[in-house]
Amino acid sequence: MKLKDVVERLGLKVVAAGETLDKEVAGGFASDLLSDVMANSREGDIWVTLQVHPNIIAVATLKDLAGIVIVQGKKPEEQTVEKAKQEGVPLMVSELQTFELVGRLYNLGISGMR
Amino acid sequence: MLRAYRADLHIHSILSPCTEITEMSPRAIIERSVQIGLHMIAVCDHNSCENYPALQAASRTTDLAVLAGMEITSQEEIHILGLFDTQESAFAVQEVVYKNLPGENDEKTFGCQVVVNEHEEVISFNKKLLIGATTLPLEAVVELIHSRGGVAIASHIDREAYSIISQLGFVPPGLTLDALEASPSMGLDEARRRFPALASFPLITSSDAHSLDGIGKSSTAFLMAAANTREMKLALAGREGRKVLGVR
Repeated sequence: MKLKDVVERLGLKVVAAGETLDKEVAGGFASDLLSDVMANSREGDIWVTLQVHPNIIAVATLKDLAGIVIVQGKKPEEQTVEKAKQEGVPLMVSELQTFELVGRLYNLGISGMR
Repeated sequence: MLRAYRADLHIHSILSPCTEITEMSPRAIIERSVQIGLHMIAVCDHNSCENYPALQAASRTTDLAVLAGMEITSQEEIHILGLFDTQESAFAVQEVVYKNLPGENDEKTFGCQVVVNEHEEVISFNKKLLIGATTLPLEAVVELIHSRGGVAIASHIDREAYSIISQLGFVPPGLTLDALEASPSMGLDEARRRFPALASFPLITSSDAHSLDGIGKSSTAFLMAAANTREMKLALAGREGRKVLGVR
């Protein structure tokens, strides 16, 4: 499934790099420990987190993730949005909390298993 | 004149809800620190320094230098030590921390947060959720500490929780931390091996003691002209003859 379809079907608000939504979402990963994401996420994952620090963009770039969804309507830091734009990392915000958002992603056929 | 100061810069008192209530009074901490030959300490309770006045008073008849300290929890749940020369600076920082620290403590779940005087008399119970996280981003916490001339040190970077590495994966570029702290169980050599990317930061160790026998279990020796934050910053940077002598 393409990222833009996920955005549309789950009503995600795109805050940066909206021009790169053509990416394929290969799977999903949910964690708020960036050390864990660095160790265990996989290329093409859509990453669900409540962290808003600029480091999330570097981690997404490093792991070549499909995009980041920040939950609970939290506002990413200004620098985070800037970096996302620079690096072309799709950054989205959902009003939902993690459990609910991950459930809906799963219902769209996105899995944590490959 | 330069001399060696053996310092344990991360000790918790009974103001931290996770600490043994009967044991870690300011007076007991001072007595124990003197007894084991420390020259300098900082008590860094979670998001508060309200026991600093008692610590300072209890240390007056000793040669022990006591910095005003606090272990601030950032929005990302990273623990950062802030060390200050004066009560005024520390309390000014504490005021900002309190304004950005939501929640109320549940004593049954987390434990009591006791503020005492130097005679071990209870003054009050702090009602704030000191164990919680502030809404301040990491960079804002470091800036806040520096705005009052404080030393900013990332706590226990090797721990799997509440450390800059666990929460953010790596130290954000440009962050002006004065040092990183490795846990007693790790030691500096192992820390350098495990985190080669952090070579540009000065490393210290301290005890993170929550009980009296934990104090000084791990400490850092500084070569300085006096026990204050200015000298410590010089020592951490290795300038003007000041330096970190070693750890144990």
